[in-house]
Amino acid sequence: MEQQIVKVKNRKGVRVIPGYGLCMGVTLTMLGSFILLPLCSIFFSTSRLSVQEFKEIVTSPQVVSGYKVSLCCAFCASLVNGVFGMILAWVLVRYDFPGRRAMDGLIELPFALPTAVAGIALTYLYSDKGWLGSLFAKMGIKIAYTPVGITIAMVFVGIPFVVRAVQPVLEKLDRQYEEAAAMLGAGRAYTFFHVILPEIVPALLAGAGLAFARGIGEYGSVVFIAGNIPYKTQIAPLLIVMKLEQYKYSDATAIAFVLLIFSFTLMLLINSVQIYMQRFNKG
Amino acid sequence: MKRITAVCWMIIVMVITVSLWMSGCVGEADSSTDGMEGTELLNVSYDPTREFYSRYNELFCRHWQESHGEEVHIIQSHGGSGSQARSVIEGNEADVVTLALAHDITAIEESGLIEQGWQEKFEGDSSPYTSTIVFLVRKGNEKGIKDWDDLVKEGIEVITPNPKTSGGACWNFLAAWAYWQKQDGGDEEKTQEQMGRLYKNVLVLDSGARGATNTFVENGQGDVLIAWENEAYLAMDEYPGEYEMVTPSVSILAQPSVAVVDKNVGDHGTEELAEAYLGYLYSDEAQRLAGENYYRPMNKEILEEFSGLFNLEMNLVSIGDFGGWDKAYETYFRDGGVFDQIYSGKE
Repeated sequence: MEQQIVKVKNRKGVRVIPGYGLCMGVTLTMLGSFILLPLCSIFFSTSRLSVQEFKEIVTSPQVVSGYKVSLCCAFCASLVNGVFGMILAWVLVRYDFPGRRAMDGLIELPFALPTAVAGIALTYLYSDKGWLGSLFAKMGIKIAYTPVGITIAMVFVGIPFVVRAVQPVLEKLDRQYEEAAAMLGAGRAYTFFHVILPEIVPALLAGAGLAFARGIGEYGSVVFIAGNIPYKTQIAPLLIVMKLEQYKYSDATAIAFVLLIFSFTLMLLINSVQIYMQRFNKG
Repeated sequence: MKRITAVCWMIIVMVITVSLWMSGCVGEADSSTDGMEGTELLNVSYDPTREFYSRYNELFCRHWQESHGEEVHIIQSHGGSGSQARSVIEGNEADVVTLALAHDITAIEESGLIEQGWQEKFEGDSSPYTSTIVFLVRKGNEKGIKDWDDLVKEGIEVITPNPKTSGGACWNFLAAWAYWQKQDGGDEEKTQEQMGRLYKNVLVLDSGARGATNTFVENGQGDVLIAWENEAYLAMDEYPGEYEMVTPSVSILAQPSVAVVDKNVGDHGTEELAEAYLGYLYSDEAQRLAGENYYRPMNKEILEEFSGLFNLEMNLVSIGDFGGWDKAYETYFRDGGVFDQIYSGKE
């Protein structure tokens, strides 16, 4: 990787690969107008509030409980996604079976499906009158309209991130490692935990991190299944919408701002863990 | 032979993209007025009026064709009343708004798009049709729900949307409030306690009226749905024999309001059309159509024609009894208001 980047200029100082300026221009324009500008508008809108006001808004009990619900559910969902996403990726990469291609395509469905549709479908399925929900209801477990339901919706929207992150790493993984481990007398579990897992952990973390961030921000599918009871099942994005309904734009952006910080810190953390692990693995 | 440097390229691309983007926006606006035949009118409305306006638009288009010989296209937009109002404020170029509560239209007025005094422009506080809040229960009414008191009993599951995101839910809240005010002789504390018990029984607090109806009807949640009268009738039409309507002894006269968005019609040159569109809502045909779609017509005589359908005996309080929308909203639904207190009390 690094070698490719170093040698882009030849001796005359002209880049070997043409189109640098053109591509960079496109990239900057896209980044600027579609990512940075909207984010800046959040900062500007929030900066209209005084520090005191900002504090009051983001620490009000309802908002704090919203953060808690969103973060806890997103965390649980990313754990579930991490484990099952990895298994899914494993199955898709390592085994050949009829319908593998179709299954592979299905993974991305949550990306393509409008989230509201997903939310309605999940609620229909998991409410205590629905197909799956009624089975659980017999055991006394309520899924829809509880935090469990929120988590399920987040698992749904997050799973592709994990699978798509882990899959290429697994594909590239040299099977000779496993063979060598087996030859040296490692058991299957030992091989998995000490040979395979360290290789895929960075990708797994990245995928789970993306799923987590997506879960925090997820609105469309969650509102349908959440029940939206204040202090119990009210997610932070719903509170943002609520503030907007009351024409309190700055309040809404203040809540959004905190969510953004959460996500950003998380991404940063995961990235640094990844870099650290890559170095560690190489060394 | 000079090379165009990388930086030059970058700037060129940026300029082209941005200008294309800008011209794209302008071009779009042009084509929307030129591309279609006849005049276009955008009516931004709220959720439960979908069925009524789709029929009213046909009626009005015919009327306009006959009287002016001109073809009009009416475009409908539906959603939660509050978010619809916000979309208009943010630049959705509505010619007319027909929303769930006057408060939402006042919000548009405050942004300067609607002139002051819109409520006096049309009859009946600019509410050509009204509705009220009723209960929808499952067939047989096994839980024996007759009035508001039955909703606070142990084990009753209630479905109603969140007043903070749904205009309809504000009416629900106020109707219940009015009932207990009457019961408790105006004792605010007692009323608030009862409201607390009511919302404790609320199983799902959907963000909009249609969402709540779906939760109750499609997902089979709850024993009773507090709903607009017309929503209750629509649900009963959709699923004949599965639901029953219960009219509580006290409810509220829900007055959905209509207004011309003065600034937008000025820009589009559709003043006359927009006025006529809303004015025609008061014609006998439209009033009857409202009745057929389970809205209570404003016209008293036509309302009488539907006396078989609507319970005209109900004791209906009006928003005036709460001191108008702005005051009611400030007291009950602002952050930290009565509604928030109800929930924070039972943390």
